[in-house]
Amino acid sequence: MASRDFIRQMPGQTIGGPRGFMSSIHLDPILLLLLTTLLAAGLFVLYSGGDSSMAVVKSQCARIGVAFVVMVVFAQLDPAVYRRWAPWLYGLGLIALVAVLLVGVGAKGAQRWLSLPGLPRFQPSEFMKLAVPIMTAWYLSRHFLPPKLSRVAVALVIALLPMILIIRQPDLGTALLVGLAGLFVVFFAGMSWKLIGAFFGMAGVAAPAMWFFVMRDYQKQRVLTLLDPESDPLGAGWNIIQSKTAIGSGGLSGKGWLQGTQSHLDFLPESHTDFIVAVLAEEFGFIGVAALIVLYFLIIARCLYIAVYAQDSFGRLVAGALTMTFFIYVFVNIGMVSGILPIVGVPLPLVSYGGTSIVTLMAAFGIMMSIHTHRRMISA
Amino acid sequence: MPWGEFKDTAAERRLFQRRTLVALVVMLGLIGILVARLYFLQILNHTNFTTLSEKNRVQVQPIAPPRGLIYDRNEVLLAENRPVFSVTIVPERVPDMESTLSRLQQILDIPEEDMERFDRRLDEYRRPFSPVPLSYDLTENEIARMAVHRHDLPGVEVEAELVRYYPFSELTAHALGYVGRINQDELRNLDPIDYAGTNYIGKSGVERFYEDALHGEVGYQHVETNARGRTLRVLEKENPVPGDDLRLHLDIRLQKVAFDLLEERRGAIVAIEPKTGGILALASVPGFDANQFVTGISVENYRELSESLDKPLFNRALRGQYPPGSTIKPMLAIAGLDSESTTRERTIWDPGFYRINDSGRRYRDWKRWGHGWVDLREAVAESCDVYFYDMGLRMGVDVMHEYLDQFGFGKNASLDVSGALPGLLPSAPWKRAVRSQPWYPGDSVNMSIGQGFMLATPLQLATATAVMANRGVWHEPRMLHEVTGPETTDAVLPAENHQDLVIKREADWNYVVESMKDVVHGQHGTARAVGQGAPYRFAGKTGTAQVFSLAEDEEYDADEIRERLRDHALFVGFAPADDPQIAVAVIVENGGSGSGTAAPVGRAMFDAWLLDMNQGGEEPVVADKAGEVSGTDG
Repeated sequence: MASRDFIRQMPGQTIGGPRGFMSSIHLDPILLLLLTTLLAAGLFVLYSGGDSSMAVVKSQCARIGVAFVVMVVFAQLDPAVYRRWAPWLYGLGLIALVAVLLVGVGAKGAQRWLSLPGLPRFQPSEFMKLAVPIMTAWYLSRHFLPPKLSRVAVALVIALLPMILIIRQPDLGTALLVGLAGLFVVFFAGMSWKLIGAFFGMAGVAAPAMWFFVMRDYQKQRVLTLLDPESDPLGAGWNIIQSKTAIGSGGLSGKGWLQGTQSHLDFLPESHTDFIVAVLAEEFGFIGVAALIVLYFLIIARCLYIAVYAQDSFGRLVAGALTMTFFIYVFVNIGMVSGILPIVGVPLPLVSYGGTSIVTLMAAFGIMMSIHTHRRMISA
Repeated sequence: MPWGEFKDTAAERRLFQRRTLVALVVMLGLIGILVARLYFLQILNHTNFTTLSEKNRVQVQPIAPPRGLIYDRNEVLLAENRPVFSVTIVPERVPDMESTLSRLQQILDIPEEDMERFDRRLDEYRRPFSPVPLSYDLTENEIARMAVHRHDLPGVEVEAELVRYYPFSELTAHALGYVGRINQDELRNLDPIDYAGTNYIGKSGVERFYEDALHGEVGYQHVETNARGRTLRVLEKENPVPGDDLRLHLDIRLQKVAFDLLEERRGAIVAIEPKTGGILALASVPGFDANQFVTGISVENYRELSESLDKPLFNRALRGQYPPGSTIKPMLAIAGLDSESTTRERTIWDPGFYRINDSGRRYRDWKRWGHGWVDLREAVAESCDVYFYDMGLRMGVDVMHEYLDQFGFGKNASLDVSGALPGLLPSAPWKRAVRSQPWYPGDSVNMSIGQGFMLATPLQLATATAVMANRGVWHEPRMLHEVTGPETTDAVLPAENHQDLVIKREADWNYVVESMKDVVHGQHGTARAVGQGAPYRFAGKTGTAQVFSLAEDEEYDADEIRERLRDHALFVGFAPADDPQIAVAVIVENGGSGSGTAAPVGRAMFDAWLLDMNQGGEEPVVADKAGEVSGTDG
């Protein structure tokens, strides 16, 4: 059991062991420590990436505060509550997605927000990042695992339906994350390898179709730019050229905090949002980015531990899928900033400036903690 | 499956653990790729990139393309660009907003209105570090004062940009439309790169319809900066491609005449050149000054405009949907003859009212004592309602609908007129769907004199009149005459899509046109006073549109009815009748009668076009002041 080996390296509670104070308020101290470290480190980078603007840092702090409260609230709810509400939340999310397409408000050239009287503006697509894996896990865990072919098909529909709606907004980055969150549940539930192979085959066929029918011109441009950044010196190519320059010039140990010329002379676009990794790479070098990746990996490892020790299939599937989605976030963001993936507008989780994604992510970690701390005292 | 039901939990757990292991391996592989990439960039190629970043003192800035100009048919400039200086603030760079604003207020004279708008913009969603405009259109004096104080106001910039200006202000607001600041909804459908330096976009009219042609293509410049980011020099410049210039069919002199004719009243005039479909004048009175909308109108001014009873913001020419009244009688005459519901010889007795059956309700003729015996030609000339009641009933709604549809009613038949409404051409299926009622014979009776459900815009009436003038040949109404720029006019102008209206007996056209000539030149024509003394023969038809319907036997007394409840006066016509150069539709809201109020306006339009403007040859048109057009009378 190789998985046991890596779990042994993680100091943590043993199943059914004595519960500490943190556990009684349904928080996981290890995950909490890792998250706090990441958020704090993120603020330092953000201060630099946002042109040393205290205003940006302050408003990010406010968002982190909100996100923390959300996490604590989500951690209090028993996983059974999530299971019971899964179909309703999912249905509500679908309705909201359709509503966004009809009456949504736009920003930055896409219709993503829903502005309802009496409620704060929110992005239904963000909500679906949680609702889709929970719904898929609810559906699959009601029956024996691994799931039969017909159930896999239904689960895939559950995952892909919101994805299609989100692509229409258009928001390719979020659509991918939402769809993948559902697919990961199916993967963890034990979808057969043959099917997975077939699925990849289909994706290979679908990619050209996407190219011709779904993707907008500017998205195609991004893919083309990836292959040849010099072809579009004013648009996306500029971004890639500049972020590679920022990363590369950072070297092993970086130019030092607030010393990054690329970001401070406004060469680097979106230096406090999607491209913040480039700021970190320029100012703290290879060591800095490696440390960040290690920190992310520790968070992921702790979450997988929680998943493996969850008490029922539902908890396992939700925790596993949320963890994988979190990883994809990290991979896609660093990949696109370092120029090996097209630019799809995925923020660096918990570090990039912006409220919605932080709240969603912290809510996800709240669900993780809930799964971990509500285990009943029976031997698994 | 409820809790506690037997499942092979141990097996499921093992399955999950195996899958987790796979996931972990894949993740470590992907992390490996990232680390390898970073190693490649930061360790292997470190020196290259360092050199690059050392040399990287170059920034790319977009240069907005100048928007294409718009001219009238005689090359008179209707929409130009002029430099405007504005103060913008990047909130993230301002250490203390309060004190900065109060400093600025000492330097500049910023109206309260602008301050409020600035505060609103601060609260709206925007990209961080994007400048928020505070005050527009600085005077020379203010620019100089800002230059002195700029160094101690971080985050405050003075920017120059080209802003649209309409020298004829209210004359052209409804015809040209206007540009305004790009809003969130518009951003969604824009190419973000192409509009990188642009703040304005066409909001309505020609400005909106031809946005792509007018916009041009963005350029950019590479600017060298020092280590602090201050601009030192421009290294490389890719000039923007200016937008195409448009020449319209519109004649600003005729537009001015139209405005003057309707002065102090409410109404609309649309004039079309039948041979080309070109719109010569498109006036909706009262107008408004579109320049106010370009940089943003003050709340107070906007309220005044939007709450005014005269509705200056309402484009009556394209969006005013009125019952067309008797003005559609010529078109229905064509329908009646072609569908053989009536003949030229057929006469009927008009006692002043019409009944569908002996005990039915009386449909009154406007002439209380009736017209006596009338044939179709007299019925058009004298606007005899009873003849049309009878003919409409014989045709039925389907036939009327079919012909009126071919005259362009019930749809937006224009090529490039942005925002034109379709009016309403009723039909039996429409009534079933919308009103859940069957089509009654009485509805046909009402429709036959353009009352009841039917609605048409002045643009549609002018279009149908132009089709009549052309004897059925279609040229969709259009604003655009030609494009000067890289693109050809044909590429920019939408394709024509209307079939000519072909009727069985070509001679019926001239018969109906003759009857329209009788309206103004005939002994009993409703508008014979208007045709007097004209050096050319023209064709017309008057109409009134009821604002509210009178009870069956109520006396119509204009004095007793408040002015705003009075009938709308309508006139359509074209001149000269046998070689049409111009077709017009006139509506004067609450004008009372078509013959008394609207027909003289039509005649004045004909005179202006045929006698003053075309007879005198091509004399230059000088625009000295906004809204003042002088041309020597020929």
